[in-house]
Amino acid sequence: MSTWVYILKRLLGAIPILFIVSLISFFLIRLSPVDPLAQLKLNPAISAETIEKETKRLGLDKPVIVQYGLWAKNFISGNLGYCIDNTKVSTKIKGRILNTLLLSSVVILSSWLIAIPLGVLGAVYYNSLFDKMLTVLSSVGMAIPSFFFAILLLLFAQHTGWFPIGGLTSVDFSSMNFINKILDILWHLFLPAFVLTTISLSSLTRQMRANLLDVLNSEYVKFAYAKGLPKAKVIIKHAFRNAINPIITLLGFEFAGLLSGAALTEYVFQYPGLGKLILEAVMQSDINLVMASLMFGSIMLIVGNILADILLKLTDPRVRV
Amino acid sequence: MKLSDFFIKIKKDKIPFIALIVLLLMYFLILFADFFAIYPSTYANRKLAYQPPSNIYAIDKDNKIVKHPYTYNYTKTFNKDYLTIEYKQNRDKKYPISLFGKGYEYKLFGIFKTNIHLISKPDDCNLFLLGTDINGHDVYSRLFFGGRISLTIGFLALLISFPIGAIYGGISGYLGGKIDKVLMRCAEAIMSIPSFYLLIILASILPSNMTSIQRFTLITAILALIGWAGFSRVIRGMVLSLKNQEYIKSIETIGASRKRIILKHILPQTSSYVIIAITLSVPSYILAESGLSFLGLGIQLPDASWGNMLREAQEFANIIYRPWLLTPGFLIFIAVLSFNVLGDKIRDILDPKA
Repeated sequence: MSTWVYILKRLLGAIPILFIVSLISFFLIRLSPVDPLAQLKLNPAISAETIEKETKRLGLDKPVIVQYGLWAKNFISGNLGYCIDNTKVSTKIKGRILNTLLLSSVVILSSWLIAIPLGVLGAVYYNSLFDKMLTVLSSVGMAIPSFFFAILLLLFAQHTGWFPIGGLTSVDFSSMNFINKILDILWHLFLPAFVLTTISLSSLTRQMRANLLDVLNSEYVKFAYAKGLPKAKVIIKHAFRNAINPIITLLGFEFAGLLSGAALTEYVFQYPGLGKLILEAVMQSDINLVMASLMFGSIMLIVGNILADILLKLTDPRVRV
Repeated sequence: MKLSDFFIKIKKDKIPFIALIVLLLMYFLILFADFFAIYPSTYANRKLAYQPPSNIYAIDKDNKIVKHPYTYNYTKTFNKDYLTIEYKQNRDKKYPISLFGKGYEYKLFGIFKTNIHLISKPDDCNLFLLGTDINGHDVYSRLFFGGRISLTIGFLALLISFPIGAIYGGISGYLGGKIDKVLMRCAEAIMSIPSFYLLIILASILPSNMTSIQRFTLITAILALIGWAGFSRVIRGMVLSLKNQEYIKSIETIGASRKRIILKHILPQTSSYVIIAITLSVPSYILAESGLSFLGLGIQLPDASWGNMLREAQEFANIIYRPWLLTPGFLIFIAVLSFNVLGDKIRDILDPKA
């Protein structure tokens, strides 16, 4: 029961944070010198009346505080408003959020599945050749700029022709059967996921290795060895369980980093995700779209952090909240 | 710890020492950027767009090593069948290249007027060691000028963001109560916006008609704005544990002002953490600037930065046919890698527990 109370508390605590986020971002984006209607105004075929109508429709004629109030009221009631090109924000953003979530979850899953065994091996065979290679590789992985890595992989994809370039689906996607559809998406997902996995993998492996090394030096592990337990059992049953907790705390941070890193990677791979959307929206000063993507980005981040904390609470009964 | 002890400790470990040397070399090169560059930072020749790197030869036709290495110019031709522009080496005339010769005039450190360059060439020779980009900028020369911005902007941003974070966290932790709650909610709110999204939005606010110095300053300020929140939270945590210690209590009894207690007695205690955090966060600032400039929201042409030089690589044809445009990416990689390695070592020295 207490877990539920905790979740509820955390969710309620997120509300004032989201309020401040919306306030900051709304006023920031309204400071932007880009005129959302610039394109229409430059077009001689569009009359002054239409522009006036558009100004009213977007609420640009009112003071900023009133605009914010209107936006907030609509947001709470679930109405995200319209984009500049008069499509609904909600329809535009829904698919993008799902795509970004898909990419992020694939990345988190794969980086955990690879990083934890690697980190364990690095710690168990401390200072061996394997461990040294791992350290070098993880430094390299942390240093490479995501967008540059993405460009290099695009070059690779172009030369080998093994992977598609850009997008999430092939041209003939709609005519495929269910299994082929999934395979097609995974095929398109591979390169962006590879870039992001490499980057988050490196820090995760290092952290896992460092934690396990700490635990392996502790008294109770030495005692377990002295008792005559086999090495594998000591590591898996005693050491590993204690080393994994800080990694779970990292999950929340990792998610935050992932959302940011994904923006550039999505941009290079033309992956239809939230990061690319917000970039396009900012360039056009599309307030409703920017606000919606920012809010959902923040919500995803907060929920990710809460999930990590809950997971930590479940795995480690000593954690009190 | 004395600085010399510090240096000896770094020197003992080979890899961090190499990283330190690499970084010092990089900063040396950008400090004397004009000396190492062949063309001034404003040079652009649209007629020579996308010229491939010039080859330099040291052996002549008779298989003898020549006194001065030489190069050839390229001639530009338009291929009507494929509708492409092709560069072909024109072997009619040799252009000798010399070291420490004369080139364009510049001011060293903005004071000493000189025209000596590391590499000099005849005036009518189009020497582009790493080719040119779409505007006919010399990539090789711009690597130095771009490095000036890319390698300094991170440090400048840190100089703004760390004091803000430290004072904010210090006030929040020391005063406690409602002020602490409000301040921390605000910091959490900033941390809840995915940092790159915030960066994009802040950069988009900047008007487009700024001088390059104004833009540089504002981009620095923007980078600084995203880093302080997380840092202030850690400082606050440290202050919370520090403020109940006896020496603080005794200073309070003497009647020192809050400002004095926070600035003079509490914050200095966090210094070793601050040094570690600074060295470990330089790379992320460098990466943030390059990412922002890559998207076209950071440093703008005609100024160079490694990020905006890579902007050309967004075009697919460029990375396939003009791979020389990718060189700034490798430099970012090397700089960040060196900072990471060095940062880890500094952390090991200052905080052996971690």
